[in-house]
Amino acid sequence: MKVKVLYLASLREQLGATGEDLDLSPAVSTVAGLRTLLMARGGAWQSALAQGRALRVAVNQEMAQPTTPVKPGDEVAFFPPVTGG
Amino acid sequence: MAVRIQTADFDAGVEIAALRRGNPRIGAVASFIGVCRDANDGDAVSKMTLEHYPGMTEKALEKIVAEARARWEVMDVLVVHRVGELKPTDQIVLVVVAGAHRGEAFAACEFVMDYLKTRAPFWKKEQTPQGARWVEARATDDEAAQRWEPPKSSAA
Repeated sequence: MKVKVLYLASLREQLGATGEDLDLSPAVSTVAGLRTLLMARGGAWQSALAQGRALRVAVNQEMAQPTTPVKPGDEVAFFPPVTGG
Repeated sequence: MAVRIQTADFDAGVEIAALRRGNPRIGAVASFIGVCRDANDGDAVSKMTLEHYPGMTEKALEKIVAEARARWEVMDVLVVHRVGELKPTDQIVLVVVAGAHRGEAFAACEFVMDYLKTRAPFWKKEQTPQGARWVEARATDDEAAQRWEPPKSSAA
């Protein structure tokens, strides 16, 4: 299934990528699954997305949890904790 | 229009006057302005760049405003947040809450800011003598937001 993935703020700089369109296997069905898939690329992906790093994820522009499902056509954004105001 | 993201500066007086215009039921207006400081964590800050997640930012702020309106008897809420490059003394964010009485207006205004700081997708990158760095989220901001969570129902 096809999904759009975005990387924002410091995460975008660590990964050197603003985002990408991915075609996921049916085995990847949650936010946690997608994060694991991206970490498997190694290098900056492994370190920037590692468990324990403070990271937030939004699915279709709503804050999500590791267990949140990822469905075809979804927009999934990874970013650091917010610092506005 | 309850929520605006813009690069341009804002005029709190103009915004408040527009909010109040023609509404004689308003008895209290509470407002907050966040301002860019010239130092952070012991380092001088010469400028900062505010980034956001277009689309989600507006939705997140509208959700916060809707929650404030559900919790308190307020008549109108305005949030204006700037993005782009800002310098010390520049205004960053404006929250205005209008209601019949001050108690609800004060509380709703503080609630909106506490939730904005922890839930709206903005990020600050500041320029210091050591170079540019992303501002780290603060635990005190999480604690401020948690004050508004309903108490855990451990005791009936």
